[in-house]
Amino acid sequence: MAASAVSSLARSAGVTARPLATRDAPWLRYTLTAVALGFLALFLVLPLVAVFAEAFRRGIGAYFAALNDPDGLHALKLTLLTAGLAVPANLVFGVAAAWCIAKFTFPGKSLLITLIDLPFAVSPVISGLIYVLLFGAQGWYGLYLNAENPWLPGLQAWLYEQDFKIIFAVPGIVLATTFVTFPFIARELIPLMQTQGNDEEYAAITLGANGWQTFWKVTLPNIKWGLFYGVILCNARAMGEFGAVSVVSGHIRGETNTLPLHVEILYNEYQFVGAFAAASILALLALVTLVLKSLVEWAHARRHAASAAS
Amino acid sequence: MNFSHLPRLAAAALAALALAGSAAATSIELLNVSYDPTREFYFEYNAAFATHWKAKTSDDVVVKQSHGGSGKQARSVIDGLRADVVTLALADDIDAIAKHARALPVDWQTRFPHNSAPYTSTIVFLVRKGNPKGIKDWADLVKPGVAIITPNPKTSGGARWNYLAAWEFAKRKLGSDEAAKAFVAKLYKNVPVLDSGARGSTTTFVQRGIGDVFLSWENEAFLAVKEFGANKFEIVVPSLSILAEPPVAVVDKVAKRKGTAEVAKAYLEYLYSPKGQDLAGKHFYRPVDPAAAAKYASQFTKVELFTIDQAFGGWSKAHQTHFADGGTFDQIYLKN
Repeated sequence: MAASAVSSLARSAGVTARPLATRDAPWLRYTLTAVALGFLALFLVLPLVAVFAEAFRRGIGAYFAALNDPDGLHALKLTLLTAGLAVPANLVFGVAAAWCIAKFTFPGKSLLITLIDLPFAVSPVISGLIYVLLFGAQGWYGLYLNAENPWLPGLQAWLYEQDFKIIFAVPGIVLATTFVTFPFIARELIPLMQTQGNDEEYAAITLGANGWQTFWKVTLPNIKWGLFYGVILCNARAMGEFGAVSVVSGHIRGETNTLPLHVEILYNEYQFVGAFAAASILALLALVTLVLKSLVEWAHARRHAASAAS
Repeated sequence: MNFSHLPRLAAAALAALALAGSAAATSIELLNVSYDPTREFYFEYNAAFATHWKAKTSDDVVVKQSHGGSGKQARSVIDGLRADVVTLALADDIDAIAKHARALPVDWQTRFPHNSAPYTSTIVFLVRKGNPKGIKDWADLVKPGVAIITPNPKTSGGARWNYLAAWEFAKRKLGSDEAAKAFVAKLYKNVPVLDSGARGSTTTFVQRGIGDVFLSWENEAFLAVKEFGANKFEIVVPSLSILAEPPVAVVDKVAKRKGTAEVAKAYLEYLYSPKGQDLAGKHFYRPVDPAAAAKYASQFTKVELFTIDQAFGGWSKAHQTHFADGGTFDQIYLKN
């Protein structure tokens, strides 16, 4: 309100006499732009260029030979699998949590919001250690398996027979990644859904829609851009997570190494081309998500324009 | 955008991922949990063993590797990392597995020859070309302005050997444990960064260019010189060093469960074969077999070596005194 009042005042004062506060000297504008661009180049573009330059230092042949390493391919597969499980899990949770928080009031709501932020607050190493303490051989799960007189001896025998591997195996990596990337989608959606309010849902329900229809036809289309952005962030972090995964992985090559861990291993083994080739794949995965995002945005804008024209 | 397809799409994606995740494995698989500097050695040894085992039994065996600081690796095995065999930097770490996880008998060290150490090594100094700080022996390390790179003795096996070698040198030179403690405390004052494993320290010294001298496993020092050229680094052998015996053991609890006890034992026994010993020498370990030792003798400088049993009464005693919580390392390092 206040902003529009100010701008209408400014307009009535005449277009030529813009207020002093919004008229910057050209040198200031150029300096600020140059500083921003320089910063971007130094901290974003240069490292990216360095990764690719190192990866291709010994030629394209060496680059592809390094990529064709079975351990590296396995690491790539594991990274995609982990993200493919962690992101949908957080998608469902994030939408549900944001829905609860934004559309309803209930006791313990602020506690839930705080809990959602917990993975942001704790160090990833701690996130990994939590699972070692829970599922490690010396953790609760291990103690239960080795207990002399356990509760539910049948369950103990069954678990022993099944021989589930949780930490130092894929489930632990997925769990740790899910934990670390927990808040991304929920945090993206909560403010969005709070600003949108409940009016459209109320309207849908008054018109006879059931809960499920309201969700698919009203709520979801309203939040889809926020959701999409949350998924991208969540996915990027899930594929790049190092600390938490490092604690629960056990670093078995060709089995429990994700791409970030694989990069570290190769670097430590003086295989620089391999390390940076793997790093370039990680960077490419990130670029692909960005391109996907732009594509969807473009398609959305086009459809918008088409519907506006008709 | 129509969202009613989403659940089905997600289900299909999950199914595809699950399929991609489950690779068919028909051959025997072993997991060797090892310490940092053995990467290159076991990479070659595993291939040699697979050939040997295939010829002997016509079974395929794939050995998977996990590397890290020795103490950290032992911790992982205790926490449930399913190692069929452990090949760690020192007996203390395998003792910990025997004690805390009861995964192998406490007398594990008697099950293979030479205290279960198929190769030995020692601690040497890696310095920058031309040795600008003039480092010749342990005594030069405590001089002011010398930056020393060594890993953390709490997590790294190599670092514990470093620590004990420095201690024994000082004790012989200065006459008492008290003086030795002061010497080692002074030495650690010169350490700008403690990495968790030997390979991390190598990277710090070699690639990041931090420090004047790197207290290193002999084989790790040779590898750094080989990878980066003798025009960048030099190896300095001190007047006295410790005989490091990195031991190997089958983790019975895991191997029995996985049905790999026999092949795991054969895997470690093959380390003592002429082929295994030759590979150890090739990767700058000191082979225990006299023939292989003679073949590679020329690459190692002669140095007076003492054993941990002579100087410290064995690993469990050394661990209690120096590396357990509140031990001498905690005392000197917390004081720094």
